[in-house]
Amino acid sequence: MAMTEPDRIEQVEAELGEPVTIAPDRPAMTPPTTVVQEPAKTAIHGARLDAHNVSAWFGNNKVLDRVSLSMPPATVTALIGPSGCGKSTFLRILNRMHESVATAKLSGEVRLNGEDIYAPEARITETRKRIGMVFQKPNPFPAMSIGDNVTAGLKLTGQKIGRSERDALIEDCLQRGGLWAEVKDRLNEPGGALSGGQQQRLCIARSLAVNPDVLLMDEPCSALDPTSTRRIEETISMLRDQVTIVIVTHNMQQAARVSQQCAFFLAEQGTPGGIVEAGSTEDIFERPRDPRTADYVNGRFG
Amino acid sequence: MTAALLDQPPGGPPAQAEDAPRVLARGLSKVDRVFHASARSVGVFVLVLTGSIGVFLGYQMIPTIHRYGWSFFTENRWVPQLNVFGISSAVVGTIQVAVMALAIAFPLALMTALFITEYAPRRLQSWFISLVDLMSAVPSILFGAWAVAALQPHALFIARWISRWFGWIPIFKVPSAPGGPGAAAFSQHSFALSPFIAAIAVSMMVIPLACSVMRNVFSQAPIGEREAAYALGSTRWGMIRAVVLPFGRRGIIGGTMLGLGRALGETVAVLLIISLDFGLKVRVLENGTVTISSLIANNFGDASPAQLSALLAAGFVLFLMTLAVNTGAAVIISRSRSGEGLDV
Repeated sequence: MAMTEPDRIEQVEAELGEPVTIAPDRPAMTPPTTVVQEPAKTAIHGARLDAHNVSAWFGNNKVLDRVSLSMPPATVTALIGPSGCGKSTFLRILNRMHESVATAKLSGEVRLNGEDIYAPEARITETRKRIGMVFQKPNPFPAMSIGDNVTAGLKLTGQKIGRSERDALIEDCLQRGGLWAEVKDRLNEPGGALSGGQQQRLCIARSLAVNPDVLLMDEPCSALDPTSTRRIEETISMLRDQVTIVIVTHNMQQAARVSQQCAFFLAEQGTPGGIVEAGSTEDIFERPRDPRTADYVNGRFG
Repeated sequence: MTAALLDQPPGGPPAQAEDAPRVLARGLSKVDRVFHASARSVGVFVLVLTGSIGVFLGYQMIPTIHRYGWSFFTENRWVPQLNVFGISSAVVGTIQVAVMALAIAFPLALMTALFITEYAPRRLQSWFISLVDLMSAVPSILFGAWAVAALQPHALFIARWISRWFGWIPIFKVPSAPGGPGAAAFSQHSFALSPFIAAIAVSMMVIPLACSVMRNVFSQAPIGEREAAYALGSTRWGMIRAVVLPFGRRGIIGGTMLGLGRALGETVAVLLIISLDFGLKVRVLENGTVTISSLIANNFGDASPAQLSALLAAGFVLFLMTLAVNTGAAVIISRSRSGEGLDV
C-alpha cells in the first residue's frame, strides 16, 4: 500500500509521542503521481551501517578524523556541512569507492550488519553490490537502452536473468525510481537521451536492480532543477522502508525534508573534517547543541 | 505601438527602418595579421603540395593507360623484357600483407592499450607509453632486418604448423611444400620468404600507431561511468566491457584503419623478406608475393622513362588506397563521442 505524506507524519508522530513540526519553508509534498504497487514488503528492509573511528587521507593530507556514525535501517541519514568538510569522502568510504583514488588511505571500520566491509576476506565487488551509490552527476550508460541500464548491474556482476523476470524487474525498479510512467513506452531508447532529472532517477532504478541493502547518494539533486529535485525527494521517501539511505546534501531544506537523522560535518581551518553534531533531523535543525551547527543550519556561514 | 509612436515624425506615416546586419570592423592587430597570413600560407602550401603529388601521380596514369591499355590493372606480371606491365598481383599482394599485418597487430595493440590505461601501475604507465611510442621510432629497415635475422627461423615453424593443420583452408595451403611424414621432407624454403612473415614485420610498425590512438580514446572514458559500473559491484573487466570498450569503439576502428594505411605503404621491411613473385595467388604461407611499394622499389633503379611512368601510375593506385583508408579512419574517429578533440 502506498503511504502518503500525511500518513507518514502521523506515523512518525505516533512513534515520537509528540507532534511533528514542519519547517516553514517546507513545501507541501504531493503524493507521488504514479500509484506505486509496492510489493508485499511490509517488513523493514535494508541493513544497519556503522562507521567506527574512520579517518581518511589523500597522500599525506588527512581529510577525515575519527568519524563514527550509525546509520540504522528505515532511516534516511543526511550528511550536511560546508564544501571540503569530508562528507563526500566519508560517503565514498562507506562503499569502498574511496580506495579507487590512487593516493587514498583510510583507517577505522565500516560494519554492514556487524561485518567489517574492509576485512581481508570481504570481497570489494560484493560490498559494492550490497551498498549502492547514486552520484552527483547523473551517469547512465549512454549507449545502453533504458531497460539495459536498469539491468546493467546484474550483467556486470555476472547474474543471469530470464526474459520475463527481466521485464518485471525493469518495471519494478523504474516504478520504485519514480520513472516508469515517463519511460514505459520507450524502454529501448538510449539512456543518454533522457533529461537530467530522468537520468538521475534511472540511475536510482539501476542501483535498486541489484537489490542493495544500503543506498548512498552524493548530492543527487545538485545538478537538477527544482521539479526534478522534488521527484527525487519523493522517490527517497518512498524507498525509505526498502533500503537504508545515506544522502550528502548542500541543501538545508532538502536535508530537513527527506532525512530523519542528520550529521553535521565541519573541517575547521587547517584541520581534517569530522562530525560536529549528529542526531535526529529535528534536533539538529530545531535544538542544535553546538553553536557552529546552529550557525550553519541557519545559513550564517557555509 | 505606443513606444513606436514616440519615434514617429509628426504627420507622416511611420518610416520603415532599415533592418540589415551591421558591418562590424575587424580590428586585427598587426601581429595577428602577420601571424594569420603566415599560418595560412603555410597551411595552403601543405595542401597544395599534397594535392600536386596526387595530380603528378595521376598525370602518369594517362601515358601508361595509353601505352598498356586497361590490362595494366588486370595483368599480373611485370616483365620489362617482354614489355608486359600489370599491377593486379601487386594490388592483391599489398592488401594481403596489410590485412594480415592488421590481424596480427589488432589484438596486440588493443590489449596493450587496455593494459596501459586500465591495468598498469600508475607510476609505470608513462614508461609503457614511451616504450610503445619508441617502437614507432624504430626505422622500418631495422624491423625488416630483425625479421630476417631473428624472426624468420622461428616463424617458419608457426607457418608450417598452420599449414599442416589448417592447410585445408585454401589461403593456408602450401602446395610446394613436400608433404609426408618424413621430417627431412620439410623444406623451409617453401615458407621462409612468405607474405605471412612480412606481415609480422609490418605489424610491428602498425602496433604503436594503432595502440596510441586506442590508448588516447580509452583514457578519455568518462570517470562518472567508470564509477557507476564499479558502484554496481562490477569487476574491472566488467567495467571495461560496459564502459571503456563501447566508449572507445570508434577509436578502436579508426586506430586500426590508420594502422592499415601505414601497412599498405610499408616498403623496405617487405622487400627484405619476400621473394618477388607475380603469381596471382592468396596462399599467405607460401614463398613469394609482391606489393605495390616493393614493386616500385625493386624496379625503380633501371626503369626506362615509359616504365617509370608505369611505376608512378602504380604508386598512384597505392596513393588512392591509402588516402581512402586514412580519410575513412579520420571520419570514423572524429564522429565518435570519444574522438572529439583527438588529433589524428
